[in-house]
Amino acid sequence: MTTLDAPHDTQFGRFGGQYVPEALMGALDELTASFGEAMADPAFLTEMNGLRATYGGRPTALYRADRLTEHAGGATIYLKREDLAHTGSHKLCNVLGQGLLAKRMGKPRLIAETGAGQHGVATATIAALLGLECVVYMGEEDCRRQRLNVVRMRLMGATVVPVTSGTRTLKDAINEAMRDWVTNVDDTHYLIGSVMGPHPFPTMVRDFVKVIGEEIKGQMLEVEGALPDAVVACVGGGSNAMGAFYEFIEDPGVRLVGVEAAGHGVDSGRHCATISGGTEGILHGARTIVLQDEFGQVQPTHSISAGLDYPGIGAEHAWLADTGRAEYLAATDTEALEGFKLLCELEGIIPALEPAHAVVPALRLAREMGEDATVVINLSGRGDKDVDEVARVLEMTSLDGAEAPPAGGA
Amino acid sequence: MAVAQRIAAVNAEGRAALIVYLPAGYPDMDTSQACIEAAVEGGADLIEVGLPYSDPLMDGPIIQAANQVAMGHGYTPADDLAMCGRLTAAIDVPAVAMTYYNIAWHYDGVDQLEAFADACAEAGLAGTILPDLPADEGVTWCKVSAAHGLETVFLTSPSSSDERIAGVVEASTGFVYATSTMGVTGVRQSLSERARPLVDRIRPLTDKPVCVGIGVTLPEHAEEIAGFADGVIVGSAVVKAAGEGGPEAVKEYVAGLAEGVRRAARA
Repeated sequence: MTTLDAPHDTQFGRFGGQYVPEALMGALDELTASFGEAMADPAFLTEMNGLRATYGGRPTALYRADRLTEHAGGATIYLKREDLAHTGSHKLCNVLGQGLLAKRMGKPRLIAETGAGQHGVATATIAALLGLECVVYMGEEDCRRQRLNVVRMRLMGATVVPVTSGTRTLKDAINEAMRDWVTNVDDTHYLIGSVMGPHPFPTMVRDFVKVIGEEIKGQMLEVEGALPDAVVACVGGGSNAMGAFYEFIEDPGVRLVGVEAAGHGVDSGRHCATISGGTEGILHGARTIVLQDEFGQVQPTHSISAGLDYPGIGAEHAWLADTGRAEYLAATDTEALEGFKLLCELEGIIPALEPAHAVVPALRLAREMGEDATVVINLSGRGDKDVDEVARVLEMTSLDGAEAPPAGGA
Repeated sequence: MAVAQRIAAVNAEGRAALIVYLPAGYPDMDTSQACIEAAVEGGADLIEVGLPYSDPLMDGPIIQAANQVAMGHGYTPADDLAMCGRLTAAIDVPAVAMTYYNIAWHYDGVDQLEAFADACAEAGLAGTILPDLPADEGVTWCKVSAAHGLETVFLTSPSSSDERIAGVVEASTGFVYATSTMGVTGVRQSLSERARPLVDRIRPLTDKPVCVGIGVTLPEHAEEIAGFADGVIVGSAVVKAAGEGGPEAVKEYVAGLAEGVRRAARA
């Protein structure tokens, strides 16, 4: 493998960097400077933290899932209830920070990409709250899969642009958002929804979502008097996982486990398990791990969850995987559906399909680790948006386990 | 023939150079070569051959769609460069490759960047343009290019700071690419007013040629830019002609642009 330029302060190890058209470099410099100034400004932090609490519903609960624990037959399982945060996912932390930053930079227009729609909804929410214009790019296929979120965004005044280029999913929504940004960078902030993209986005988004791990740490110390033995989170771009992991990176006793979407299986060619099945490359402005062919052409991906359906991963995750500090597993569509049903039936919680991927691997881990251990699953979002899609898929695939249709009749 | 040299020679004739972009493999490999040869017959002084990439961030819908068609045929970057080899043997103007960094970085070889540079040189190309590689991330690529005798072209933008423009000028050897507008490639009816001020900011820093592209569509645009820049770059409009009417249409369209360039009063 070729060596690229020596690592510098825009990188995590050899990952990260700024591989974008020159038109964006000025905006990235401005953003880097503004982010640094804002985070050092007590007034900015007070406003952000105040809104997190009174508007966003933080801290979110840490819930001991006794029936899930009993089902697993091992470690005590906790759920970090990001599904209870305003807009129904962990995404609000990031958009609140970036929205306030955009306002501070005098940019009246926000653009965003969205896969499952959770980030789009969060961006539309913050745009409404702060009085900013909002345009959300969403793959045409994802608009279909996540219709409820399209309606939510429109209700809050956002314009949703269905993306018909390329594979019509999250990757192409990002391409279109980047093109919009190249064109309108003077008055527009691109509110990237995960720990991906060119520097400073991976660092900035991480710093806005790391509150998840900080809360987990405080809550675990309070209820267990100890750190968790493992923190498990799903990974698409990787924002909820980075948010949950970051606080524990310097705590070697805490296993950090990311779960990617294996779709039909990592060997099937129809998945989006980037770390499990990808190679190093440059995508969306950063050097990271990418699902691509031998020529560097980015490959179409598949997942039952629109939010994980992305052929890249945040550069810091690539680095955590490379250094071995975090472990990355993959769960198939079938396992995600199993996790989805388990949370519904055992805990009365309908999870988003994204964190549903983390459930089955976490149960396996809980069994391995034994009764004295504790495992926290970051339940990154709620599943109202997925109910239609799950119902559709289960009807197609549940014939073997379904009750027989009523006999007789007319 | 070197790019900078060719532009200087054309400028010595009292006019700006006309630079035409067309992608390899569109609408198919043989026709793409024929289209590029037609562009040269029509009056192109320099050719940018696009090597298609799945996620062309800097390109608008016309070029992206053409790239998708080419990729749909299953052509690899090596196939594209093989065509470039046949092309450069058939034309008497320099050609450069335009593609994205990930394609260069994955070229088949022990050291991929070296292998890509080697293949470009082997194909008779004079240099490369990689629009998602800003000058400060391109230190390695500049070294590799220099070692293979390839020229480098980096982009400046109306939003670039003076400091960044200085870096781009330093790293560019073939010419300095001034993007006329904020935005991606595409056909536009009117020309941005931001091109000239950008060229004016670059001029005092260098004697290297400065060429203007992005959104240059009509002969009148070419004429206007030729009045203050050393070269005029046209992409999407010619790609559109290639898709609609093949080599004949390309030749006709480029001839119109070439007339525009020749009409310009050089400042």
